[in-house]
Amino acid sequence: MSNDVHQHVDSVTTYVLVFVGLICLTVATTAVAFVDLGPFSVVVALVIACCKMLLVALFFMHVRHSTKLTRLVVLGGLLWLGILLLLTLGDVMSRGWVGVPGR
Amino acid sequence: MASDAHVHAHEESLALREQFDTAAQQKDASTLGMWIFLITEVMFFGGLFLAYTVYRHLYAEVFAVASSSMNVYYGAANTVVLLCSSLTMVLAVRAAQLGQKKAIVLFLILTLILGGVFLGVKAFEWKEKFDEHHIPGPTFHLDGVSSSEQGHAQLFFSLYFAMTGLHALHMVIGAGLLLYLILEARKGIFTAEYNTPVDLIGLYWHFVDIIWIFLFPLLYLIDRHLKR
Repeated sequence: MSNDVHQHVDSVTTYVLVFVGLICLTVATTAVAFVDLGPFSVVVALVIACCKMLLVALFFMHVRHSTKLTRLVVLGGLLWLGILLLLTLGDVMSRGWVGVPGR
Repeated sequence: MASDAHVHAHEESLALREQFDTAAQQKDASTLGMWIFLITEVMFFGGLFLAYTVYRHLYAEVFAVASSSMNVYYGAANTVVLLCSSLTMVLAVRAAQLGQKKAIVLFLILTLILGGVFLGVKAFEWKEKFDEHHIPGPTFHLDGVSSSEQGHAQLFFSLYFAMTGLHALHMVIGAGLLLYLILEARKGIFTAEYNTPVDLIGLYWHFVDIIWIFLFPLLYLIDRHLKR
């Protein structure tokens, strides 16, 4: 019976290492916010946030052990979020590029 | 541990209801359902993140001043508190997978306490905003922003309260779910064979953590160097 449920049990060490990684990234993103990186401050902050998201999703949310269908759903969801963000921002940010008569 | 499930017919029926062929299939179905719910939540928060990004693009200068008025140290401390709660949550899930009944309760209680600490710090931060007149409304005033731009600054704080408020609401719901889990876990119903509720509420808790992982840099950190 119990062998039917295919569970991967990660070690406490794995979880603690992931946690330490998350704390280090939090300290890094806070420290780098006080440095003037110009437009790259947004990029650095978001890259660090995405790394933290990946750590939480892959290890704490067990995506690395999940079924292919679950992974597909997760990726599909992120794809739709990408469409929401990219198409809207593509519109808003490109409005000044083309001169529209009468505006 | 496997023999436990056979002794208690009740537990076996929780792990395998009749519409499923195997316990693994039931577990996969539950996990998939939870992920689909979380994806709807991603889109729900996604709209707010989008609104924030658009207005930050349109009123970059004002948003930089408003963002710089946030206390980074409260935000960073709260991030650490929430990450700690995610660690205790995942350890509770692990304890459930191994059928360690006392450890489940212990780690769930720790998670609940850390969630409470987060909400406490958040409430304190909001109280500060009230005292500083940073609540959108007739008495709103933000130093360092011209009177014609006060409206744009209000927009930042409206988004701040909407996003952190919605996040806090999710934390409150999460705390309620944890309380339910603690009561159930104390009865000893979660075993190595059946621990789906712990697992799924764990997914929810980590999801709420991920939302904060993005809220923290966007609301507190970005543009801090632009402060006028």
